[in-house]
Amino acid sequence: MAINKSYQSKLIYTFLAWTISGLIFFPILWTLLTSFKTEAEAISVSPSLFMFDWTLDNYKEVLSQSSYFTHFWNSVVISLGSSILGLLIAIPAAWSMAFVQTKRTKNLLMWMLSTKMLPPVGVLIPIYLLFRDFGLLDTKLGLVIIMTIINLPIMVWMLYTYFREIPHEILEASRMDGANIVDEIFYVLLPIALPGIASTLLLNVILSWNEAFWSLILTAANAAPLTAFIASYSSPEGLFYAKLSAASAMAVVPILILGWFSQKQLVRGLSFGAVK
Amino acid sequence: MGSITLKKVTKNFDDVKVIKPIDLEIKDGEFIVFVGPSGCGKSTLLRMIAGLEDTTSGTIEIDGQDATATPPAKRGLAMVFQSYALYPHMTVRNNIAFPLKRAKVSADEIEQKIANASKILNLDSYLDRKPGQLSGGQRQRVAIGRAIVRQPSAFLFDEPLSNLDASLRVNMRIEISELHKSLATTMVYVTHDQVEAMTMADRIAVFNAGVIEQVGTPLELYNNPINRFVAGFIGSPKMNFIDVNSTDSASVCCLGVRPEHLEISRDSGTWQGKVGVIEHLGSETFVHVHLASGTTFTVRASGDCDLNYGEHIYLSADPSKILHFDEAGLTVHKTQTVN
Repeated sequence: MAINKSYQSKLIYTFLAWTISGLIFFPILWTLLTSFKTEAEAISVSPSLFMFDWTLDNYKEVLSQSSYFTHFWNSVVISLGSSILGLLIAIPAAWSMAFVQTKRTKNLLMWMLSTKMLPPVGVLIPIYLLFRDFGLLDTKLGLVIIMTIINLPIMVWMLYTYFREIPHEILEASRMDGANIVDEIFYVLLPIALPGIASTLLLNVILSWNEAFWSLILTAANAAPLTAFIASYSSPEGLFYAKLSAASAMAVVPILILGWFSQKQLVRGLSFGAVK
Repeated sequence: MGSITLKKVTKNFDDVKVIKPIDLEIKDGEFIVFVGPSGCGKSTLLRMIAGLEDTTSGTIEIDGQDATATPPAKRGLAMVFQSYALYPHMTVRNNIAFPLKRAKVSADEIEQKIANASKILNLDSYLDRKPGQLSGGQRQRVAIGRAIVRQPSAFLFDEPLSNLDASLRVNMRIEISELHKSLATTMVYVTHDQVEAMTMADRIAVFNAGVIEQVGTPLELYNNPINRFVAGFIGSPKMNFIDVNSTDSASVCCLGVRPEHLEISRDSGTWQGKVGVIEHLGSETFVHVHLASGTTFTVRASGDCDLNYGEHIYLSADPSKILHFDEAGLTVHKTQTVN
């Protein structure tokens, strides 16, 4: 009887999990399917899920008519650049917050996190003016800087959580062994916290890759990443759904592959410290 | 050289005075044990000597030099932590080599020193393993090995055996004592276990609430404790205390007698009581006796003790072995008292 009940609840949970996963995945599936349709089928009032004339024309056109690889390269530079720069700033910051705590450390962390709750549009004008005055508009450097700034609180929080799990005594032992702060961070802290640093890097790459608001506002042609490239298919001449979908699929696939291969690392990183 | 001198050393955490002014001289080559209950400040003082905690006031001298503001690495001391604090990502070899690499010692010399340390501590077959693949005792040996190779002027041990099981603890206790004899280096050892303190120390410093109550050899503390706290803390099972009316001697208000100094009789004695729990250890027996006054005495009896639970007995002790304490808990010298 007990086994039967447990089997039933397992069945219900499995069904719920698949339903929710299906709902989340459906828009991605729809985009992928639309990318293989003609423009006429894409805007059909009675769209078909699988029964349509499959075509690769949209992909051919996207690749031939636009500078996909330029945008792809911009995305790579911006997401990797901001993630590495962010780590260089976040590691020492998280180290000091985790190991040299003061009474105000928690408040500082909360304040950093609260900046993520601020609507980006609230700082749009000052940021735009600053970028204009410093000549950073439509530059990859500008995008690297803004992505670093907006994702830094999350990076510091994640690393802080990781570092807090490392026994303080190990770092004290290294100090007794003659390590200075740089030795302590490079030879002891970083190797121990490597899984956490890797998942922080991965998450930041994904967040930067998918960021659209600042990419659209601060870039035009030279530094536009893939998110801006997708948006370019919504033009005054109209919406080209099939091509837009093909462009979206090509923008999403690289990060989807990265996410797929690193999902274990990511889940561990995001849940670290939550359950002890 | 490895002398350490503490002069009026204090430590405050915000408004809390964790260490009240302490003066202590640790001689070169001495094995001194800081012992006391949890939260008495013994570990904090050790960490202050190591340089891991700032000193609020006073000075710490190492080999005659003021080291109060010197960073930990420059004090020439090595520390062994309670949790071993090994580097989990490094092999045993690299753990031991770490302080030498930081000191820019040549590769040949590092190899030689690792070989020496691993020979002393029987680590030869574990050198290429990581700490996670070692038992508690082996990890503690690696931690000691890492300390040895630096050839420090003094070793600091912060409750190094607390995480080991009872039998391993006894073995490691002997190993550390032997290591001290062979290296003849100063060792400062923190523990809350008074058995460790008694068996290992040249001198013991008994801590209580941020002050050192008494410093002396184990037998000095056992035979001539300065006050009731030290008398109760040193010795296992702990000393029995009984309050007395100050009739004969105005200043004495409490007597202390060790379990091993009490004699049991079925016919007569100083104190009458009823046998409570009897703990047979084989070689000896601990008998808990409930006195008529409500106090419970512990008696160390022979292994073949044939008392029964609930039996009425008498206890007595050689008057010269009974300690007397005044109202403030200080030991009253025997010539001052009338029995």
